[in-house]
Amino acid sequence: MTGRARSEALAAYLFLGPWFAGLILITVGPLFASLVLSFTDYDMTGAPDWVGLRNYAELLFEDPRFWQAARVTFFYVVISVPLVIAVSLLIAVTLDRGLSGLPIYRTMFYIPSLIGGSVTIALLWRQVFGSEGVFNAVLEPIGLSSGGSWIGHPNSALGTLITLHVWSFGSTMVIFLAALRQVPLELYEAAQIDGTNAWQRFWKISLPLISPAMLFNLVLQTISSFQAFTQAHIVSNGSGGPIDSTLFYTLYLYQKAFIENEMGYASAMAWLLLVAIAGFTASLFATSRFWVFYGDR
Amino acid sequence: MTAAPDQSTVQRRRRLKARLWKLAAHALLLGLLFVMLYPVLWLISSSLRHQDDIFHEPGLWPTSFTLQNYVNGWHFFQGFTFGDFFINSFLIAFLCILGNLVACSLAAYAFARLRFPLKNLFFALMLGSIMLPVHVQLIPQYIVFLNLGWVNTYIPLVMPKWLATDAFFVFLMVQFMRNLPRELEEAAEIDGASFWHRYWHIILPLSMPAIVTTALFTFIFTYNDYLSQLIYLTSLNKTTVPLALRLFIDSGGGTSNFGGLFAMSVLALGPVIGFFLATQRFIVQGFATTGLK
Repeated sequence: MTGRARSEALAAYLFLGPWFAGLILITVGPLFASLVLSFTDYDMTGAPDWVGLRNYAELLFEDPRFWQAARVTFFYVVISVPLVIAVSLLIAVTLDRGLSGLPIYRTMFYIPSLIGGSVTIALLWRQVFGSEGVFNAVLEPIGLSSGGSWIGHPNSALGTLITLHVWSFGSTMVIFLAALRQVPLELYEAAQIDGTNAWQRFWKISLPLISPAMLFNLVLQTISSFQAFTQAHIVSNGSGGPIDSTLFYTLYLYQKAFIENEMGYASAMAWLLLVAIAGFTASLFATSRFWVFYGDR
Repeated sequence: MTAAPDQSTVQRRRRLKARLWKLAAHALLLGLLFVMLYPVLWLISSSLRHQDDIFHEPGLWPTSFTLQNYVNGWHFFQGFTFGDFFINSFLIAFLCILGNLVACSLAAYAFARLRFPLKNLFFALMLGSIMLPVHVQLIPQYIVFLNLGWVNTYIPLVMPKWLATDAFFVFLMVQFMRNLPRELEEAAEIDGASFWHRYWHIILPLSMPAIVTTALFTFIFTYNDYLSQLIYLTSLNKTTVPLALRLFIDSGGGTSNFGGLFAMSVLALGPVIGFFLATQRFIVQGFATTGLK
C-alpha cells in the first residue's frame, strides 16, 4: 500500500468509527448474545441455566399460543402485504396518467403512512371500530351494522388491523410512482401506435419496468409486517385478544420477555422470527430473477 | 376531401374520452381520500365537541363547540401537563436526529467516497443489518442497559443512533453522496485539504436533501416509536406522548375522558404532519437518489 492509500484507509476507518462501535455493541454482540440466551432459562435473577434446545422444543411442540401467534402473524402478512401492494399500484398508475394535481394527491395519500404506525391512530381505530364507533354508525342506515364492536369480536379484530395497514399504503405508492415516472414515454407512444390498449401497455411495459420497485416494496413490506406490534398492543390493550385473535408474534414475544420475564424463551422466539423473516426474504429474492426485469442486463 | 373532417372528429372523440376518463379518475381519487381521511376528520371534529355528544354524532359538522376537551386533556395527569410529555418526546427526537445525522453521514462518507480494505464486506454487513428485526437484539440490550442503571433514562433510546445503527439512513446517504461528481473533491485534494475538510466543507453541504430526509424520518420514527419507549421508560416524569396517550385507557379498555384523549390525539398528530409538509420538497429529491428505478 502506498502512503496515500494508507492514509485514506486510516481516514475511512476513523469515519466509520461510530458505526463499527454500533455494529459490535448494539447489533452483532446482542444478536449472538440472544442466540446463547435462547439455549438457557433466564428470569433476570441469578445466572442463566443452560437448557439446550428445550425452549425451542417447548415452543414448537407444547405451546399452543406460539402457534396461534405464528398463525395470526402469517395471516396478517400474507393478506395485508399483497393488498397494500395492489392498492398502492392501482393508485400510482391512476395518478401517473397525467392527472392534474398530482403533487397534492401524492401528499394527501402519503400522510396516512406517516401516522399509521402511531399510538394515536391505533387509539383512533379502537374508537372507529368500537361498538359505538363511526364504522357502525355509517353501516347502520344501510342495515349492515353488527351492533357490536369490530375490535371486540375475534372474527373481525384482525381485519381491523389489516385495514389499518392498508390505510397506510402511501409510502409504498410513492415508490411505485417514482418508478413509473422513470418509464420512457416513447415506449408508451410506440406501443400506442402499434394499436395496443391501456391494459396491455400496463402489463407489457409498466409492470416489467417497475418490477425492481415491486421487489423493493415486497421485501420492505414483508419485513416490517412481520414486526408489527404497536397496533395490536394498543387495540387489544396489551393482551392480543379477543381470545388471542390479534396476538401478533412480537406481542407474544413482548409478553414473554417483559411481563413474564422469560428472557431465554423470548430469545428463542426472537431467533425463530429472524429465521422466518430471512426465509421469506430469501425466497422473494430467489424468485425475483424470474420476474424482476433489469433493463441494463 | 372528406378525410380531414373525419380525422378531426376522431381526434375530438378521443379528447372527449380522455377528459371523461380524467373526470372519473378525479372523482374516484377524491372519494377514496374522503373515506380514508374521514376518521381523522371525525377525530378533529369530535375533539371540539362536548364530551357527551361525541358518540352520538358520527358526522363531521360540529353540533356543539368547546375547547374544554383540550383543557381537560392537557391537565389529565396530576402534577404534569401534556406539555411535559411533548418536551420529553421532542428532546428524545432531537437527540436521535442529531445522532443519526452525525454518525450516519460520517459512515456514509467513508462508504461513498473513500477506498479502504474490506470495504465490500463492511458494506454488505451494513446492508444486512437493515433487515434484522429489532427483537433479536432487544433482550440482551435490555439486560445490559438494566445492569448499567440506564432503564428509565433516555440513553437506551438515543445512544444507538450516535453509533449509526439505523443503517437504512447510512444507505440513503451513501446513495446520495455517490452521485456527487468526483471533480468536487479533486480540486480540494490538489490543494492538500484533509478528508475531514472534504467531508465537512464539500460533501456535507451538498447532501442537504439526504440530510433533511434523514432528519424527517428519524423524527417520525422516534416520535412514533412505541415498543422501546414502553420498555425503557417507566416513570411519568420521563413519559412521552405515545405512552401518555395510552395511559388515558384504563385496564378495562375504557376511559373516563374521551374528550381529553381526542384533543391530545389531535395535538399529537400535529408535529408529524407539520414537519413533513415543511420539508417535503427535499424529500422527493432525497428519495429520487436512492437508486430506485
